[in-house]
Parts: sequence; C-alpha cells; structure tokens
Amino acid sequence: MHTDLPPTGHPLADTVARFAWLIPVLPLLGFLANGFLSLHAAATPGPADPSAGGNHHGDHGGHAAAHHDHGHEDGHHAERHPAAGFVSLIGPGVLLAAFGLTIAVFFAMRGAGEGMHAPFVMTLFQWMPTGSLSLDVAFQLDQLSMVMMLIITGIGTLIHLFSVGYMQDDPGYPRFFAYLNLFVFFMLILVMGASYPLMFVGWEGVGLCSYLLIGFWFSEQANADAGKKAFIMNRIGDFGMLVAMFLLFANLGTLSYEGVRAGAAELVFGGALVTAICLFLFLGATGKSAQIPLFVWLPDAMAGPTPVSALIHAATMVTAGVYMIARSATLFSLAPVAQLTVAVVGVLTAVFAATIGLKQWDIKKVLAYSTVSQLGYMFVGVGVGAYTAGVFHLMTHAFFKALLFLGSGSVIYAMHCAYHATHNYADAQDMRNMGGLKAFMPVTATLMWIATLAIAGIPPLSGFVSKDEILAAVFARTHHSTLAEATWLGIPGSVVLYGIYALGLAAALMTAVYMTRMMLYTFHGPNRTGEAERPHLAEAPWIMTGPLVVLGILSAVGGFVNLPKLFGGGMAEILHHWLEPVVGEATLQVTLGETPHLSHATEYALIGTAVAIAVIGIALAWTRCKPAALVPAAEAPAEVGLEKTLANKWYVDEAYDRAVVQPTLGVSRTVLWKGLDTGVIDGLFVNGSAYLMRGLGWVGSQLQTGRVGTYAWVLVLGAVAILSAFSFR
Amino acid sequence: MDNTFHPLFYSFHFYLFGLIGIASALLFVTRKSPVAAALWLVNVMFCLAALYLMLDAQFIGAIQVLVYAGAIMVVFLFVVMLLNLGHPSELADIRGNGGRLAAGAVGLALLAEVAVLTRARFPAQLTPKAAAALAQVDQPGGVIAPIADALFREHLLAFELTSILLLTAIAGAVVLGRKRGAADAR
Amino acid sequence: MLAESLLLSAVLFTIGVVGVLTRRNAIILFMCVELMLNAVNLTFVALSTLYGATGQVFVIMVMTVAAAEAAVGLAIIISIFRHRQTVHLDDINLLKG
Repeated sequence: MHTDLPPTGHPLADTVARFAWLIPVLPLLGFLANGFLSLHAAATPGPADPSAGGNHHGDHGGHAAAHHDHGHEDGHHAERHPAAGFVSLIGPGVLLAAFGLTIAVFFAMRGAGEGMHAPFVMTLFQWMPTGSLSLDVAFQLDQLSMVMMLIITGIGTLIHLFSVGYMQDDPGYPRFFAYLNLFVFFMLILVMGASYPLMFVGWEGVGLCSYLLIGFWFSEQANADAGKKAFIMNRIGDFGMLVAMFLLFANLGTLSYEGVRAGAAELVFGGALVTAICLFLFLGATGKSAQIPLFVWLPDAMAGPTPVSALIHAATMVTAGVYMIARSATLFSLAPVAQLTVAVVGVLTAVFAATIGLKQWDIKKVLAYSTVSQLGYMFVGVGVGAYTAGVFHLMTHAFFKALLFLGSGSVIYAMHCAYHATHNYADAQDMRNMGGLKAFMPVTATLMWIATLAIAGIPPLSGFVSKDEILAAVFARTHHSTLAEATWLGIPGSVVLYGIYALGLAAALMTAVYMTRMMLYTFHGPNRTGEAERPHLAEAPWIMTGPLVVLGILSAVGGFVNLPKLFGGGMAEILHHWLEPVVGEATLQVTLGETPHLSHATEYALIGTAVAIAVIGIALAWTRCKPAALVPAAEAPAEVGLEKTLANKWYVDEAYDRAVVQPTLGVSRTVLWKGLDTGVIDGLFVNGSAYLMRGLGWVGSQLQTGRVGTYAWVLVLGAVAILSAFSFR
Repeated sequence: MDNTFHPLFYSFHFYLFGLIGIASALLFVTRKSPVAAALWLVNVMFCLAALYLMLDAQFIGAIQVLVYAGAIMVVFLFVVMLLNLGHPSELADIRGNGGRLAAGAVGLALLAEVAVLTRARFPAQLTPKAAAALAQVDQPGGVIAPIADALFREHLLAFELTSILLLTAIAGAVVLGRKRGAADAR
Repeated sequence: MLAESLLLSAVLFTIGVVGVLTRRNAIILFMCVELMLNAVNLTFVALSTLYGATGQVFVIMVMTVAAAEAAVGLAIIISIFRHRQTVHLDDINLLKG
C-alpha cells in the first residue's frame, strides 16, 4: 500500500497518521481470527452453537414465555466455548489497539494545528477505474472523521469488554466477537472513507453485521425475522442513497468528498437538483438511522444481545445517517427545503417515538424508542444547519445511551441468572417483573440514574448541553437565516422552526417522563421478581460494571467538550472550533454569513425553559408512576384505549403490513407467480416451445410416410418450385 | 439415294410420329394392365426411334430399337409375367379422381414452365450444319463415323466407366434376384 | 424441327411425371421413369443437330445407365414381391416414420 500526498504536502503526512489505515485493519484481523476460531471449534465436540444446528442459551428478544426446553442445560454455566480464552484476548484486544492508534493520530492532528485546514486524504489503491469515473479506496482523516473514530473505537472497546462478561456462557462466543469486530471494521470504513462509494461500502457492511448480530440467536424465528426486517428496511433507504450518488455523479462528475465540496459551488442555491440530491440522501439516512417512515426495525432489533443494541443501535450504526449529513453539509446548506424536511421529520420522529416509549414494558424497548427519539433530535440539529450541535448530541448520546443499554444488560443478566437458577421461564426483560433492584445492584442503579438525568437534560450533564444547543440553534435560526426565508410546503420557514422548537420541548418532556418511569419501575419500589429468585439477584461482575463506570463519567462530564459561550468562557465551544474546518463554512451559509447571536436574556430563557421541562417531566413521572401498583407481567391486565394504542406502537407495523406488505405479496403471488412465472415463462416459453417442437416434429413425421408415391410427389413439387423461381425472376 | 431435302415430307412424318408418340404415351399411362402399358411404351419407343432417324441420329435410332425396345422392355415384360400381375384384382391401382386432377395440374404447370424457359428461338429449317451432316452418309465410315469418333476419342473414359457400371449392375441384379436358399440360413 | 422436338420431349416428360405421381403399381411406375428418360434422350438428340455428336454420345450413356438401372430395379422389385407378395406402392412403407 502507498500513500498519495496531497499536492501541498499535508502536515500529517509524515506523522503516525500514515499508519491510520491500520485502524480499520486491526478489527478486520480480529474478525478473521475469531471467525477461524469459531469455525475450528465447531468441529471439536463442545457446546453446540446455533450456527452448527444445536441448542442455544442467552436472553430472547421481546417474547415473554417463548423459552425452549434445552434438555441438558443444567450446569450450562460451566460449558464455556473451548476457544473462549483466545477470543477474550483477541476480540477486545484489537479494539484497544485500534483505540490507542486513534488516540495517537488524534494527538498528531492536534499537533498539526493550523495545518489541518484541509483533510488528509491517503489513497490506498485504485478500486474501480471505469471510464470517466475512477473510484479509489482512500481514507480521509479530518476533524469530523476523527470524532467519529474516537467514538467508535472508544465506546467499542468498552462494549467489547462488557461482552466478555455478558456473553461468557454463550456457545457462539467466538462468532459473536467475530461479527462485532467485523462491524467495527465496516463502521470505520464508513467514517474514514474519502468518497461516497466507500462510505456506502461501510454503510452496507454495517447493515450486514447488524443483520448477523440481531439474528445472533437465529434458531428462534422471531430473532431471524427481526434481522431480516432490519436489513430489508435498510435496503429501501439504500436505494435513496444510490439515487443520490447517481445524481451527484451525473451532475458533478465526482463522488469524492473533496470533489463534491468543490463542485457544489456550481450548483444552483435552492435548486431542484441539489434539493433532490439531499432528499435522496436523507431517505438513505431514514433507513439507517431509523427515522419516519423507516424506523420500525429498531425496536425489533432488540432481539439481539444487549451489547449489540448498545454498540450498533445506540452509539454507532444508527448515527451513520447523521454523520453522512454532516459530511454532506456543503450540499445540504444549499437546499433549505431539504434541510427543513430533515428537521421536520426529525422532530416528528422524536415526538412519535417518545409517545410510544411512554407505554412500553420491556426495558430494552423503552431504550429503543428512546434511541429513535434522540436520533430525531440529532437530525433536527443537522437539519437546521447546526452541524456541530448534531454531532455533539451524537457524541453525548453515544455515552449515555450506551451506558443505559449496558446497564440494562447488567439488569437482564442478573434477572436471567436468577430465573435460570429457579427454572422460571418468565420474561427477564419485562419491567413488571423487576422492581427494587437498587438494593441488589447499587452501582448499576447509580450509573443508570446519571445517564437518565443526562438524557432528560439536567445540567451540567452532557445530555443537557447538547440538547440545549440543538434547541437554541433551532430558535436562533428562526430569524436571519436561509431557513427562515424559505417556505416548506407553503408554510414560512420561521413558522416551521418555531413549531420544531415547540415539538422539541414536548419530546424533551416525554423523554424525561418515560426515562424516569423506567428507572422507577426497574430500580425502585417493591421487588416483583419472586421470593425464590431474590437471593440470586446481584451486581454484575466487574468486567461488566467497569465499562459502565467509564461511560458514567463520560456522560457526566462529556458536556464540557462544547459548552456554550455563556458559561464556558475560554473553554467554550471546543468541539465547534475543532469541527470548523470541515463544517464551518456550511454552517455559516445557513445563517447568512454571521454567527447566530442570541441575546443573553434569550439564552437564559431558553436554558431555563429546557431545565424546567426536564424537572417537570421527572416530577410528573415520580408522582404519577406507582411502582407499588404493578404486578408481575404474567398477571398484568391487558391495556385499553390510548394506553393500548401506545403499547402497540400506534399500530404502525400493522399499517405497513396492510399497505405495503400484503399488496406486494398479493401482486407477487397473482401477477408475478401465477401470471408471469407459471403462465408466461413456464407455459408459453418452456412448455410452449416443447409443444411447438412436438408440433413441428409431428408435421415432419407426416412427411415420412414411407411410401414412394409421397416421395415422388415431393420430388416433383420441389422441381416445379425451383423452376418457378427461375421462371419468374 | 436422293440427297435433296423435301420439307413437307419431313414435317408430315415428324408430326405423325410425334402425335402417335404422345397418344401412345397417354395410353401407356392410363392402362390398368401392366402388360398393356408395357406394350404401349414399346410403341412410344418405336416412334421415338423414327424421330431419331429423322433427326440424323441413325445409330441412336437403331440402338433405341435394339436395346431399349428390344431388351429393356423385354425385361420388364419378363418381370411382369414372372410376378403374374395380370389379375384383375391387382389392377385397381390408378388413384382416384382427385389425385388424377392434381397430377394433371402439376403436369400442366411443369409443361408451362419448360415452355417459358426455352424462349430461345431455334431455326425451323435444317441448318447448313445439319445439311452437311446429312451429306455424311456418303462419307467413308458413313453416318456412324462422327459418333464413333466422339465416343472413342473424347469420351473414352466415360465409355469405360459405363462398362464398369454395367458390370456392377449385373452383379447387383444377380445378388438381389436370388432366391433365399438353405445356403443363406447360416 | 428442333423447336417441335423439344416441345415433344417436354410433353413426353410431363406425361411421364404425371404417370409417376398417379400410378401405384411399382412396375408401371418404373416404366414411367423410363418414359421420362426417353424424353430426355430426344432432347439430347435434337440438340445434337446443333452442337455436335456429344449429344448422341450422351444418349448412349443414358441408355446404358437405363439398362443397368432397369435390371437392378426390377431385381429389387422382385425381391420385395417375394417378401410382401405385392407391388402395390402403398403397401411398401417400411420407411414410414
């Protein structure tokens, strides 16, 4: 491999950054090693992995009592995978190494200082030289990709360590780490790629790994279905991305980020072309980042193991859409209508998902809808052109959502151990079976409360800072911005932005409510798990709780990375300055060249409102949710009315089924199968050609009468025919 | 012998033999009995022999009578007799009316086409060349000389090959015509 | 006389063709073929008045071949008759596919 220096000789060129290609390659090597171990060990006798057709252990997704009879599961805690020791070293090990290298490159980047006004593009090799388009495999190291790389490798390492404890008894242990490493590889390709096609490679790759990991325990139908659902919905979005790439290539002639950035200057501001490109890109983002209308796969994805939910469906993969829009900031800032669409869809998703989260009983489902809701916030951020705010919320969300998921993983682990010890088949994830766990798992409880307060938006935790920044950005752009001057579906832009702000506050309120509700039902009040199980409830092992502590610290102080000027003084807006070479220009374009400036009074008012909303939400939940009134899930009454609708997710899945799935199946069955396949292809072409041949053969056979007379006739007729050809020439 | 050429005499006999030939051919084709048909064919051949003589192919005319009418047709008659095909029960072999009509139509079509194709006008009178050939009679070698000359000089190879062909035909006819006897049962 | 000879030859040939198409007795069919050969001989002889003795030589060849063919063909017919006791053409259809 070789590195092609940018013409001016980038300052990073002779630093450790030239080894940056190792950062994705290390997890790839981990994947290969773990994959080999998983295959190799499958040949030797031991506890069977579902991929080898045997039984499986572990928690199930979503279903209360669908627990298989294992047969010989007693003492299964002792049946670790034979290669588990190696895998425990390799899996997290490569991640740790990648993280270390990323830190080194980060420091190199900081050292380059002013020299980092342009990205460092290192071309590895030529991938597809096709005519006028030559695609290279090239990595782009700039401030934005560095932020993403730090998040991916850092939180990835923590989650890998957590998984060592969580998945320790799973017979598919090496396979899990193989897939997890592969995922990190693809995610790094996604954020490090220097062109849209390379990002798309990563995009598809993480979709694949998501499918593999959601359906990790695929011997259960529901898990396999969830994996399929995620992949197929992603593909719908990918169609949008592809169309956008086609449009880009057709009009700009290039697909690399730097090329697009340069060529965007020729695009008409607010024109149909750039709006179309941005809308199609956003369609891809709705698929990957679970926005309306393609969000329904994310709650189902909770069927996978909890570390997967934490890494993929909270911290990294689902944020790919936000990253992509931040990358395409130059394009989006040229299309206010598209931007408003992104922001509107984002806030609607935020509100919609929050309403559903209010009435979910499965702890992971609550967190899933919370993720969808927070992703909506991120899209609001990048939608209104506050790219830094969106990425900032991406970062803080990664911290506290990963913490929440891993914490719930610890809870589920404890519940699962308890149920296994007593051979109880109740649902280990249903909050109605929990309660009062604070007494048994104090560390986990405390850490999760930190995350809950962060997500609710209590200062000075990280979530408050990022969420407030987004809302402030929305408010600031209601005047003196390209968005305010545009119209969205006939509505003036400023009105739309006010509406977004209001709905954002509503979503914040609901966020506080359902998160507090979750904490109350899980950790407080009387314990509903059962007398026999109670002695088995305990804190998770330190390999699992350790990462939680790290995440807790990050959730608490992460906000200091980008404090608003109001509070930060000299330490304010570090992230903003860091990302300025990448998105600064595009951000300013939205606000018509001037940094948005709110008066101090306005800012204090906004902050006060946000905090008040958060406090009101927590108080509402605290007073209205009565843990003592709950009964275990098996005995719980069915919901009615609005509660039932919320619990059933507003029947969105059923609506999709009726509107899209059934008609497609119907068309497929009647038109394509019966009509086209059976009728035309089978009947006309295959059978028809056979009949035709038979017919021709029959005609031919009639000529073979064996009678000389017939042959004489044919002879003479032939002679007459030939002569007539000569006669009439 | 009078070597002058009398056109009327010539034409009259030409048409005479021509018409007899056609009539005989028609009769030949429509006879039920094979013997009758064979005899009418012999008649056709005699007419043709006469025409050959008139067309200054005396040798051909002679061997037409000797070989064709005298040998080949005799063989046919031998076979007819041998197979004892004269019985009325075997004689109903002419196709029905539809077949006859169709065959007639085809025949007419063939005729028309041949007529169309031979558009070249040939002289109605004897050419000087023909007149010279007529005078050949008095030459040494007589009328045979030109044919013999062509046959044994220019077309000698064909002549020899024909003799081999005859040999093959004899062998084939003998083999095919043999009755299967005890010697073949092995 | 040349044109009339050719026309006569064509007529005889046509009669021979009609006979081949119409008759179902194998021997008579054969004789119709002989008629066709004779018609062709007439053509050759007629044209030899224009083009020289080669035409007549060809007639000799035709007659020779006709003789050979007649011999062999009749031998075949006799052979068939021995097997099938008939010379009716419709009955000789072993080649029927």
